Amino acid sequence: MIHTTELTKKYGETTVLTIDNLEIPKGQSFGLVGNNGAGKTTFFNLLLDLIQPTTGKITSSDIQVNTSEDWKTFTGSFIDESFLIGYLTPEEYFYFVGDLRGQNKADVDAFVKQFDEIFNDEILDKKKYLRDLSKGNQKKAGIVAALIGNPEVIILDEPFANLDPTTQIRLKQMLKTMVDNKDVTVLISSHDLGHVTEVCERIVVLEKGNVIKDLKTSEATLKELEAHFAL
Amino acid sequence: MIKRFLNLEWKQFFRSSHWQKNIAIKILMGFFALYLIAMFLLLGTGMYFIIKKLYPEGDPFVIVTSFIFYWMLGDLLMRFFLQKLPVMSVKPLLTLPIKRSQVVNYVLGKSATSFFNFLPLFAIIPFSAILISKEYDTTIVLMWALTMVIITLINNFLNFIIESLSAKTALSFIPIIAIAGSLFALNYFEIISFSSFVSQGIMAITANPLLILIPVLILVGLYVYNFKILKSSLYVDSSVQTKVKEAKTTDLSWTNRFGATAPFMQLDLKLIMRNKRSKSTLPLMAIGLVYGLFFYPNPVYKDMEFMFAFVGIFSTGFFLINFGQFIPAWDSGYYKMLMSQNFKYKQYLKSKFTLMVMSVIILFILGIPYVYFGWKILIAHFAAAIYNIGVNSHVIMYGGSFNRKKINLDQKAAFNYQGTGAVQWLIGFPLLLIPMGIFGLINWLAGFEAAVATLVGLGLIGIVLHQKIMTVITNRYLNVKYKMIEAFSQEN
Repeated sequence: MIHTTELTKKYGETTVLTIDNLEIPKGQSFGLVGNNGAGKTTFFNLLLDLIQPTTGKITSSDIQVNTSEDWKTFTGSFIDESFLIGYLTPEEYFYFVGDLRGQNKADVDAFVKQFDEIFNDEILDKKKYLRDLSKGNQKKAGIVAALIGNPEVIILDEPFANLDPTTQIRLKQMLKTMVDNKDVTVLISSHDLGHVTEVCERIVVLEKGNVIKDLKTSEATLKELEAHFAL
Repeated sequence: MIKRFLNLEWKQFFRSSHWQKNIAIKILMGFFALYLIAMFLLLGTGMYFIIKKLYPEGDPFVIVTSFIFYWMLGDLLMRFFLQKLPVMSVKPLLTLPIKRSQVVNYVLGKSATSFFNFLPLFAIIPFSAILISKEYDTTIVLMWALTMVIITLINNFLNFIIESLSAKTALSFIPIIAIAGSLFALNYFEIISFSSFVSQGIMAITANPLLILIPVLILVGLYVYNFKILKSSLYVDSSVQTKVKEAKTTDLSWTNRFGATAPFMQLDLKLIMRNKRSKSTLPLMAIGLVYGLFFYPNPVYKDMEFMFAFVGIFSTGFFLINFGQFIPAWDSGYYKMLMSQNFKYKQYLKSKFTLMVMSVIILFILGIPYVYFGWKILIAHFAAAIYNIGVNSHVIMYGGSFNRKKINLDQKAAFNYQGTGAVQWLIGFPLLLIPMGIFGLINWLAGFEAAVATLVGLGLIGIVLHQKIMTVITNRYLNVKYKMIEAFSQEN
């Protein structure tokens, strides 16, 4: 699904990301972990064509992301709060995103309904603009919007940060059911090793812009990761 | 401490991406400043002789002083629209061991070094020097000059008070216009003669230097008042406490007829209606619309046909200029998100274009009553509207691709009074002056009909080439996409 070849990103003389070859097959749930500055967000930004690679390329479903825009039709993403349009209500925001993804109001309403549990009555029908919601609720709205329109690739940067414990657990459950659907490729970055090992079948560890571990998740993975980061 | 503050501001200024990319505007601003300085210098050196020539009997010193009240009003108006309170990003400083009063004193003190406070000196000093050379009493002249400086500073601090009071309302410019207007009217109809009061006051000070304490006390009072407002707004929660307004949903389904651009048009309309920043430009449209009333009733302008084109461009293009100059910065807060969504850039720009065109048409229709002042005016306005649709709309959208400054749509009122400075006014000039120049020139060379035909022709060319031009503009936006994303993710 996603092929990364000889990708580097440099700012002046400093290289912040080097990935020679990374393949993420269709339907995989892919977790990216690493300390601050490891290059997780840089990789996601490159994947979404928000910054330009210095060398190399990323293709998503055989479409090179920085030359064609066709990947946008099947990619949903939430990187940070700057993905939200503050002066819209959550419903309007969902409709807007739905509109861009060819979903009519009824489709969006039906889709959003399944997240009632996560929204906990704090998001829909509250007559509040997104900018007036709490950080956690903003994040919930952003993540749900990223899922509208049955995207084949879902990119979430730190989805668990800022969420309350209940929502973290519910989100995890939700991502797990999504991962079971073998048509959807999910990319998640997280600082929480526990969550990411529970959700993802494959974990890649980045350090200073390099892939230093590429693990298939098993019973021992969490221990191994904890040992790695304890150093 | 002041050294540290200055250092912070220096870095803020030079390290913002806005700086590096807007040198052209800075240079333009520089010329504008030089122009103002030159005008004031001319005024200062020439005033004495002009008055002597016009009123051989009168005493230039007395005559100039009698006009000080009008100068004060004018200065205050100019400041309100052009001068900003020197903003510092204060929030990070609040938890550091810096006294709040120090921050406030610094901000206020810095405002005293504003260009607008030095500008009058260019007139005051030469005028005083000439007075002294004409053998006026040196003490009197010096006291006069000192009083003028104090009045300038009084205006400086008075302006911030007016701004802070009016910033809370959407119609922020109404209070200043109302105050200045009623003062002027009271004076003009001789109900209360402020102008003679002011001039007698200044004369009294020059006669008795001790009286200068009165304006000094006023100045100190204003400073203290400013200090109090600013200090009380130096709390993070002073803005948080404001009541969360209930969201209103509006039915915008009529835009659906625009097809693929509809979602963006709905977004733009909501943007305009729901954000303080954009909402405050809407009432300005009314002013733009009646702008012609400043000129047309006056017989002086009856034969100045180039003014028709100017007023036409201005009144039909008011929304276009105010909205257009911030494309795509209006969407800067969520630009990254837009860029990762499935849409065609052309549709996004097309939505803005459609809105601007609709505004021109609506404003033209609302301006039809101008026909009362002559059919030529209506025809000139029509030509101007076509020009706005065909040329200015494209120019301003192309210019938008040079925008590198993020707009905070939901900016809080404290410490950010207007957000628009002289830069925003300058951008409007070429859009207004070029058509006015073309119209004036052709009108002079070949007559009114030819001038109208030229503007309409230019506009029609733009309309015919619309698709091609949009492709060029779209490519331009796509080329600078990464630069914009980077700049918009920076706070100012």
